[in-house]
Amino acid sequence: MATMELVRRSASSSPAFQPGAQEVAKLIDVSKCIGCKACQAACLEWNDLREEVGFNDGTLNNPHDLTPASFTVMRFTEWENAATGNLEFLIRKDGCMHCSDPGCLKACPAPGAIVQYSNGIVDFDHDKCIGCGYCVKGCPFNIPRISKADNKAYKCTLCSDRVAVGQGPACAKACPTKAISFGTKQEMKDLADKRINDLKSRGYGQAGLYDPPGVNGTHVMYVLHHNDRPSLYAGLPDNPKISTVVELWKGVAKYAGLAFIGLAAVGAAVHHMVAGPNRVSSEDEENAARLKEKA
Amino acid sequence: MTNSWTDIKNTDLVLIMGGNAAEAHPCGFKWVTEAKANRGAKLIVVDPRFTRSASVADFYAPIRQGTDIAFLLGVINYCLQNGKIQKDYVANYTNASLVVKEGYSYKDGLFSGYDESKRDYDRSTWDYEIGPDGYAVTDTTLQHPRCVFNLLKEHVAQYTPEFVERICGTPKDKFLTVAKMVSETSAPDKVMTSMYALGWTQHSKGSQNIRGMAMLQLLLGNMGLAGGGMNALRGHSNIQGLTDVGLMSNLLPGYLTLPSEKETSLAPYMQTRLFKPLRPDQTSFWQNYKKFFVSFQKAMYGPAATAENDWAFDYLPKLDVTYDVLRAFDLMDQGKMTGYFCQGFNPLLSFPDRGKVTRALSKLKWLVTMDPLETETSRFWENHGKYNEVDSASIQTEVFQLPSTCFAEDEGSLTNSSRWLQWHWPGADAPGEAKSDVWIMAQLWKRLKTAYQKDGGAFPDPIVNLVWNYKNPDDPQPDEIAREVNGYVLADVPDPTDSSKMLLQKGKQVPAFAALRDDGTTACGCWIYSGSFTEAGNMMARRDNKDPGDMGAYLNWAFAWPANRRVLYNRASANLEGQPWDPSRKLIAWDGSKWAGNDIPDIAPTAKPGTVMPFIMNQEGVGKLWVRAGMRDGPFPVHYEPFESPINNPVNPKIKGNPVARVFKEDLARMAENGSKEFPYAATSYRLTEHFHYWTKHVQVNAVLQPEFFVEISEQLAAEKGIKPGGWVKVSSKRGQVEAKAVVTKRIKPLTCDGKTVHVVGIPIHWGFMGAAKKGFGPNSLTPFVGDANIETPEFKAFLVNVEPIPGPVA
Amino acid sequence: MASTSSTKSVVVDRYAVGARINHWVTAISFILLALSGLAFFTPSLYFLTGLFGGGQLARTLHPWIGVVLFISFSGLFVRFWKANLWNADDSAWMSKLPDVVAGHEERLPEIGKYNAGQKLVFWGMALLILVLFATGLVIWQQYFGASSSIDQQRVALLIHAAAAVGTILIWIVHVYAAIWVRGTIQAMTRGNVTGGWGWRHHRKWLREEVQKGEVKAQPAE
Repeated sequence: MATMELVRRSASSSPAFQPGAQEVAKLIDVSKCIGCKACQAACLEWNDLREEVGFNDGTLNNPHDLTPASFTVMRFTEWENAATGNLEFLIRKDGCMHCSDPGCLKACPAPGAIVQYSNGIVDFDHDKCIGCGYCVKGCPFNIPRISKADNKAYKCTLCSDRVAVGQGPACAKACPTKAISFGTKQEMKDLADKRINDLKSRGYGQAGLYDPPGVNGTHVMYVLHHNDRPSLYAGLPDNPKISTVVELWKGVAKYAGLAFIGLAAVGAAVHHMVAGPNRVSSEDEENAARLKEKA
Repeated sequence: MTNSWTDIKNTDLVLIMGGNAAEAHPCGFKWVTEAKANRGAKLIVVDPRFTRSASVADFYAPIRQGTDIAFLLGVINYCLQNGKIQKDYVANYTNASLVVKEGYSYKDGLFSGYDESKRDYDRSTWDYEIGPDGYAVTDTTLQHPRCVFNLLKEHVAQYTPEFVERICGTPKDKFLTVAKMVSETSAPDKVMTSMYALGWTQHSKGSQNIRGMAMLQLLLGNMGLAGGGMNALRGHSNIQGLTDVGLMSNLLPGYLTLPSEKETSLAPYMQTRLFKPLRPDQTSFWQNYKKFFVSFQKAMYGPAATAENDWAFDYLPKLDVTYDVLRAFDLMDQGKMTGYFCQGFNPLLSFPDRGKVTRALSKLKWLVTMDPLETETSRFWENHGKYNEVDSASIQTEVFQLPSTCFAEDEGSLTNSSRWLQWHWPGADAPGEAKSDVWIMAQLWKRLKTAYQKDGGAFPDPIVNLVWNYKNPDDPQPDEIAREVNGYVLADVPDPTDSSKMLLQKGKQVPAFAALRDDGTTACGCWIYSGSFTEAGNMMARRDNKDPGDMGAYLNWAFAWPANRRVLYNRASANLEGQPWDPSRKLIAWDGSKWAGNDIPDIAPTAKPGTVMPFIMNQEGVGKLWVRAGMRDGPFPVHYEPFESPINNPVNPKIKGNPVARVFKEDLARMAENGSKEFPYAATSYRLTEHFHYWTKHVQVNAVLQPEFFVEISEQLAAEKGIKPGGWVKVSSKRGQVEAKAVVTKRIKPLTCDGKTVHVVGIPIHWGFMGAAKKGFGPNSLTPFVGDANIETPEFKAFLVNVEPIPGPVA
Repeated sequence: MASTSSTKSVVVDRYAVGARINHWVTAISFILLALSGLAFFTPSLYFLTGLFGGGQLARTLHPWIGVVLFISFSGLFVRFWKANLWNADDSAWMSKLPDVVAGHEERLPEIGKYNAGQKLVFWGMALLILVLFATGLVIWQQYFGASSSIDQQRVALLIHAAAAVGTILIWIVHVYAAIWVRGTIQAMTRGNVTGGWGWRHHRKWLREEVQKGEVKAQPAE
């Protein structure tokens, strides 16, 4: 599980992520989460982050959003379920999903600033980060945040430093209700199956595992009571994938653009060879001189 | 807790009512999620707010704060009406069949013997009919009109689902769903656990809230069973320890009681503490009271406590009245208490009617605070603008701040809700000049002793004769104290069956409280902790998490009082023949000659099943559906409205609050009338999961997670008052006002009670003017100065306020 | 060279010193922007950030250089927009593009200060620089990262990249034309061109200059 072989680097040619037995995953069981924010506290402590003391914005969300110093936040949603007439208080721990096909990595222009390990963890190398914010645009989950202090991108590392030495992430360690579990991706899927059966037995017919195929699956997965409507959970994307615009930009635009530039340069050179320089002749000079004299 | 945190995994149904375990006890709540995930257990939450506990519940029912008794008696009524009780259990293990003596009555909210002028009962009619054999009369057919069972039926008949809805605002169908789910656990192999906390205790009838549930659990046969019981979720890591060692003005360690001023010598004191069995063959364990008392006196005064001087009985203070904290502050306010020693306590924020608390502290000559933190109390004299608007120049109180270590910086034991004494070691050095509480106390005692020795004084004996046998008298070590608390042998005691052997050997630790004696040969600081530090070592420091029976017992992890027992009354987990009601959840069983199993039997090991009943602490030997004079406000709970209520009491509109709750006259004048127009909304106070009391606001991380004081209101009230989410509001009561951000939420909904719309206002407790979080207020600026009739816990959970939008502070 | 003529060669001022400075500020900015921009555009050119002291500095400088370019180009725009207005000659010129490419200028109509190609370069640059500036602000993470939605930023990035490619293509045309048409570069270095250059490429302009008496004899070497 602790295999941390680097398999992909941003802005470098490397093959797509291959799922395998080494894959790890964090499973967040939303139906077990009590919103205690112990994961947030553990994250702040383990990563030695110093978030600012904020203010109340009329909700229980604090900090109000992910920041360079808050890699994870709880998002609280109050939802009246029209089908049952019951209020549901949906609490989702938000943070990096560690996609198999990470949009951030795709968008990043700095070689090796974003890396993906063989176990699926997507991590930022801050020495190489240039602070352009392309990862922000690349991410289908709106996760990375650029620090105003050092102009570098920050997000959940899935505690790659802990995982490398055989530990689980700090949030999972701190979670009092085992709403956050960590293990191989297969173990987490099996655990999710059990939980989904339990939820179905409690009347949540649409309970399911959120492991979105649009990004080839993720290494942070959710058990949702309403897997048919992920967006209920504070706007969790229903069908996340790397934006077509980003795909165009990093695909067609890049290659076509370079091709045009190359063609133009080559074209100019060829033209010069074929047509030769366009010189002014002595007749031209004389004509010009004559023109002046006439005047 | 009668059971333990780890035992909750064994349950079939969790009822969280009067608490919010997920938010206030998230680490313990894991056992609820275990029960849900592994046993398919169901979770019900009954609360005025849709809490974070409710977010993971299978069913949620709203209730108006302060009406739990009506709800519980309604459930009891439902169970009785529908035959949903554990009949064998009720018949054998409760006092259902005992006959109450003539003269006892109940009518319109009052029991026999009420004296309005004293606000108290003459409780002499609250007793059993005693037969010629000296025992209480029983009617096992349950036909006698005055047997407890029939009195109970009659008493709860009023609490129909409709009446419950009228009082509690719980829609009838939701109430019935809860009642039905709860009643299903009357099956012998189904168990419900009750998890409650300050949502039940912080009422003027808090003790009776708990009684209500205890009665229900007895009727359902859920007491003493794995996964059952009454589980008080203690709010501090060591608050169980605080009550255990008697840090109450009327208690001695181990729930022994201080004498009253009428009990001027040992004989009359013991006369009221004989605890003779009320039924034949019953244990009535408190019959051992004198052994524990004498051993305690020996631990305190050693050679100065002798048989001749009644074991130094005269050294003990004698109570005229109860000196609870409410009274202490009242005396301060009257100028009668002029010095105050405040150890690990922040009354400026945690006691009601903050205006009165400030006024009282300002009248002191001196105040000492011992705390790891800069508490608001230690800075009560400092002006912090609107957050602490005082005129510092006019306050003459001299304040001494003694910085102390916190739990992570010292060694010792903490007693958790499960009654586990868990030893801990320092994880860090104390900062600055901080000293352990023990060191500070030793220094104080040393100086007091010197002063008394030098100057004499009216009665120096209890101070100068205090036993102080520590290696370094200036700095007693935690293990030395723990050994004293466990108890030790003062003189050899020969074995009466074999004089060549010693029963007890001088200088040894006592093995358990069973060894304690009333002849002065043993000393013991707190009898229920006996066994925690024996000759085998420090039992509290054990860390073996093996659980052979998979019952969550963990018998070799730390030490649980009493006698390392994990589930109290566990004899009741087995039927009359001694076999478990549910063989898959066996705690103990009778093997033909003795009791044994996965827990330490809560009964004499050879006590024959069918003869000795499970509730060995009770004189009856059985669980009490009806109590004799033990409760000041009645043998059964009755629904009383909070002292400040949006409606009059539907049971009897003339009764305001709990008719027996002690309330000081001036404080009564500072309360809103029922149905007040000026203060129309029903407020309640509570903790949030992000904080622990007033401590963690000093911690940057916690301050980040929940930075600013707010109040919660419904969308309907917000619309009515024009309050925007995140906008500023002023919340006022008859006693004060606070300013807060508004959290407008669907999780609070207006209730309909007695035909009136009742808006609930939620006020969390965690803000003050010291620490890392934004400055704010606490609900105690608003709450009334009145406590529970039995134990004087202040009524923080139900009071009246008004809410108005205000412009925010200019940035 | 034919020396039958008794007339001496002449020179014509084409760009005053202010215009030349303005041009070269714009040009240098453009080149720096192209180098740093291409570094972000494609990993194979990321090494170009080394010219700027590394990725962080390149990322910091690029938008600021963009601001310089925008202001500088605005100056060029004010100077030259009138001269770049389209007229009938331009359409005629454009219709004979193959002759232009082949260098058969004798077959082309007489042209004023700018031919249609130059005008297209001018207007193309003007439009694309405006687009680059606007989209550049949207994706300027450090100051404007929170001022627009991520979706908007994605579109802005794509447009910015496409527009940048467009300007580079125009730039190639511009630079190549200057090289191919010998005698052009000195217009931006010395500020003048030879009369023959004017006669050959911008005869109408030359006639106007002559009318105004702006054409001088070649200073002695």
